[in-house]
Amino acid sequence: MSDIKWNITLKIYRQKENEPSHYQDFFIEVDPDEYVLDAIERVWAFQDRTLVFRHACHHSTCGACGMRVDGVEKLTCITSIRSVTKDGATLKVEPLRNFPVVSDLAVNMGSLYARMETVKARSILPITEAEIETPKSEWNNTDDQYIRLSDCIECGLCISACPSAATSPTYLGPAVLAGAQANGNPIDPSLVKLLDSEDGLWRCHSAFECTAVCPSNVDPGRRIMNLRTQVISDNFHKLFHKTQGKTDE
Amino acid sequence: MDRPSAIIIGAGFTGVATAHDLALRGFDVVVIDRGDICNGTSGRTHGLLHSGARYAVKDQESAVECIEENTLLRKLVPDVIEPNGGLFIAINESDLIYRELFIESCETCHIPISELTPKETIRIEPNVNQKLITAFTVPDGTFDPLRLALAFAATAKIHGAKFRTFVEFENFIFSGTGAVVGINCVDRTSNQSIELRGDMVINATGAWVGEIAEFAGITVPIKPTPGVMVAFDQRLVNRAINRLNQPGDGDIVLPQRRMVVVGTTSFEIEDLDYVPVLDEHVNLMLQKGAELVPSIRNTKMRGKYMATRPLISNGSGRSAARTFKCFDHKLTQNVDGLVTITGGKATTLRAMAEGTANMVCSKLGLNTACVTKEVPLVSYREYYTIKN
Repeated sequence: MSDIKWNITLKIYRQKENEPSHYQDFFIEVDPDEYVLDAIERVWAFQDRTLVFRHACHHSTCGACGMRVDGVEKLTCITSIRSVTKDGATLKVEPLRNFPVVSDLAVNMGSLYARMETVKARSILPITEAEIETPKSEWNNTDDQYIRLSDCIECGLCISACPSAATSPTYLGPAVLAGAQANGNPIDPSLVKLLDSEDGLWRCHSAFECTAVCPSNVDPGRRIMNLRTQVISDNFHKLFHKTQGKTDE
Repeated sequence: MDRPSAIIIGAGFTGVATAHDLALRGFDVVVIDRGDICNGTSGRTHGLLHSGARYAVKDQESAVECIEENTLLRKLVPDVIEPNGGLFIAINESDLIYRELFIESCETCHIPISELTPKETIRIEPNVNQKLITAFTVPDGTFDPLRLALAFAATAKIHGAKFRTFVEFENFIFSGTGAVVGINCVDRTSNQSIELRGDMVINATGAWVGEIAEFAGITVPIKPTPGVMVAFDQRLVNRAINRLNQPGDGDIVLPQRRMVVVGTTSFEIEDLDYVPVLDEHVNLMLQKGAELVPSIRNTKMRGKYMATRPLISNGSGRSAARTFKCFDHKLTQNVDGLVTITGGKATTLRAMAEGTANMVCSKLGLNTACVTKEVPLVSYREYYTIKN
């Protein structure tokens, strides 16, 4: 942080039930090293108490404060103002796409949570499966295993950024497919049909926008490709075994 | 009387847990909050599932509450908790003086601890300060604040509780005899006014209880006390690392997902609705955190933030007790129909709810027992999938 102050304009998307949407400008003095969410919270506290937005943890663990900042999906609690704009500029802040707007910057992410539940995405997992570098402790090698919260914070940024999600409201979407992949191999048999379908793995056009905006190292794009490989491989084996079965008859 | 009804103001930890408790006791419950779930202090909680060891020496009532509730939450809501335990480490001679008292107090409070040599400590947590003199394991943990609250709210919803988020309290509705019989509020998503009536109104607004109670001419002895936390971009430890000494600034380093979070400070404020995160506090967290886990100095900062503790005002700052308190305003200011719950901490949310619901039932002459110790919570995701 510094003593430098910037004057910026936040151009915020406004929407109340049964009223047309519009953009409203708020002039605000900011420290360039504070976060976009801090500025939005100050607009609410000191300029307009009707502003609706979601936020909770303020350190990227809850996933509530996802918004589009100048058209790019950001977790606003860890996005510094310096990283997205400059002194004197206008910063456009809009709700996430591909979710219904509740009001202003808040969206209803019920569809994401429901689908994460459908694919049985884990919220906690043994640390040895977490694909991260952790302190190399002897404990890691015992049965007394560390558990940690998963990488995916269900913030919905990837769903908002995904061009394929925009084409079909029933598409499972990147976070959900990544959640299914993170459960590992073999794929849960009850989920194969759902994953191996038009609204599952095959709607993805490999744009990798999901991976670009993910604030939490999930890399959904890679996981979708990986899960496709698994499904193709499983289908191939099934076909092979079936054919072999017929030959034997 | 038909089904008893309650209106809860505030969808933070106490609000959602009280909704859960009362819904299980057969109440018709409505929860309102001007924001979404965990919009205030609860969402920004440090995330330490306290073993109670932090309070064992000075505040044994809190310590005992913590170890009991810690043990329960691990069973009731395992999908939001990193249950990896914690360490209290001594770095210097002054820490070591605290050792005897710490051992005795943890024993008194039935908090299981075991002492490790520096070598054993470094073997399980290689990134802690190599100069440590001694360490104790404690049954601490880490939780995801929003998801902990959502799990309570989801289970409350299954039992019929309704959540009206983005609905802001405006004022109380009084009967001819001056009792609170409901509230007026406004739906911030539509600017529509809403009138809610119930047998009991519960003020569960944490640090804001004083502001809400004022609308009924009531003073609540609350001292909102913010603290600053800083998140760093690498998971440097797997257990909660505490300083073996009296509670102070920056003496806890918590693992969470791929991060560690250092907290916290303690100061007083005027305006509750916006508290700036001051540089001096952030720098202090960096410095104090690095005393426990030196590599924090070389780790990128990921976020800096604050939360305002709702301390009951019978001491100042950290000397104030961390227990919770329910106020029956019939007894305090002769206003019936209204209770306030505040104080406490996230780890004890279920117990706070039990105390509040007991008070509500007793005021309404109901004799229904609390069952929340036995009811496991449903997935936090169901909060969004169950219709209101």
